[in-house]
Amino acid sequence: MSNDILVITEHMDGKFSDVSFEMVGKAKELASALGGRAVAVVVGGGVSSNVFASDSTIHIDDAALSQFNPEAYGKVIEALVKEKSPRLVMFGWTATGMDLAAWLSAKLGVPCAAYVKNIGADLTMSCQAYGGKMSADVSPEGDMAIAACLAGSFPVEAGQGSTAATSIASPVALDGLKIKFVEAIKPAGGDVDITAQAKLVSIGRGIGSKDNVELAEELAGKLGATVSSSRPVVDAGWLPRTRQVGKSGLKVKPKLYLMLGISGAPEHLEGMKSAELIIAINTDKKAPIFNVAHYGATADLFEVAEAMLELL
Amino acid sequence: MNIVVAIKHIPSIADDLPVKGNNVDFDSVDFVLNEFDEQSIEQAVLVKEAVGGTVTVVGVDMIGELDAVLHLALAKGADKAVKITGDDPAADSHQQAKWLAEAIKGMSADMVFAGVQASNDLDGQIGPMIAAHLDMPYIGGVSSVEVSDHTATVNKEFAGGIGGKYSVSLPMVVGVQAASKPPRYAPISKVRQVAQTATIEKVSPSGDATSGLAFKKMAPPVVTGHAEMIEGSSKDVAKKIVELLKSKGLA
Repeated sequence: MSNDILVITEHMDGKFSDVSFEMVGKAKELASALGGRAVAVVVGGGVSSNVFASDSTIHIDDAALSQFNPEAYGKVIEALVKEKSPRLVMFGWTATGMDLAAWLSAKLGVPCAAYVKNIGADLTMSCQAYGGKMSADVSPEGDMAIAACLAGSFPVEAGQGSTAATSIASPVALDGLKIKFVEAIKPAGGDVDITAQAKLVSIGRGIGSKDNVELAEELAGKLGATVSSSRPVVDAGWLPRTRQVGKSGLKVKPKLYLMLGISGAPEHLEGMKSAELIIAINTDKKAPIFNVAHYGATADLFEVAEAMLELL
Repeated sequence: MNIVVAIKHIPSIADDLPVKGNNVDFDSVDFVLNEFDEQSIEQAVLVKEAVGGTVTVVGVDMIGELDAVLHLALAKGADKAVKITGDDPAADSHQQAKWLAEAIKGMSADMVFAGVQASNDLDGQIGPMIAAHLDMPYIGGVSSVEVSDHTATVNKEFAGGIGGKYSVSLPMVVGVQAASKPPRYAPISKVRQVAQTATIEKVSPSGDATSGLAFKKMAPPVVTGHAEMIEGSSKDVAKKIVELLKSKGLA
């Protein structure tokens, strides 16, 4: 056992995601409190890994790791964790980290906390729970723990640096994989680019049906805005996926983000919290969005939208 | 194709969540189907319709009310329903995943579907844990699945429309983000009919697992900021928003 902290970093197209730096910064703080080292782990090639403020950086590259592959990445990380016996392993609660953290937890019988937004020096973890409606403090038992951290939880700068990485060969054989990467999928073209819009009227589950999207379109038209949405609207087939804001959608930073019937799940907030002016209409006065919006109203979105149309 | 869908019955977040001790007061909340499981059930039925086979939906009966959820799944095209009589509304993802994996072991599954996440996954999701227990590969964030010759081709979403296409030699566990088509609607008459005729298989929970997390506190989040609330009727609200937008040159 050591008091080291392993941070499983993430990169795509030659660039590390912010959450990688955020976690390294937090790991440094925790490692110094625990008397261990913050170790950044880079899996896969095509990226310069000397960019972290970690105490050390391990870079594992192999042809089988050139693209994210949960099976290959899982095997490599499992072997590394067994070898290093760290106090804590940090993943991002992201499209890639979500494939690995809970899997590793069950595989190794090590506690795992997800939706982590803060970690104390005693490794008590504060987690966002129940769609952001609750916050839970949990304490992992045993000598090793896994934390899957929400993006945007810690400052990026604290993790940026120039620690030289040590390249190592994969600690485990990567032949006979059942999962094979076929090709990258790029966003479908042809629709408006919501990340380039100055004003967005964004609709959520509260819009109720596909027919009601028209009201939002009409209001957007009057405001010179474009209609975007939260994930459930896209999953229901009411808008194309190109309009989705949030963790699995697009990150936007418009001058105006007018929200109709979006409660503000953490996954949505990840995509829009930097908007310059956020106005939220929701019938639930305790909706988490009211903790983030600049202006809010507990009201019926249809009545407000129709009344706005009369005034514009 | 033998398809199993592992579902989670979770506390509804439509209303406030009451707290008891250091956790949610599970005795005083409504339970609902995890929203991602609706996508997962749909994706499983779509695969069955494309290549043939059976869809078995299995979940832990947290509070004795899982039948309604299973009836809905059957009405939407699932063929069999199994409930694990957990009767522990506080069972965490680790415990549920272990029970589910033990129940699925005997089902000769070619594919296991699970929702990519749930709002109470404080100790992680059941999908990757079931995969670890069954020693099957796992991919989550999946938005389409096609199967041919015992190989699945899945699209995994990263963010913003960027993703990866993967081919996977079956069996596997899939974490569904969204089905390739919006979930179908099951008329209430059909659900009622299913409820009268369907048999739900009961399985006793087998195997122990724990998240290894001790709950220290459960409370609404401490908020650092709050929106300036616009009061009044809907017309008042609309008027004030329009004034605000005009004053900022946004309308």
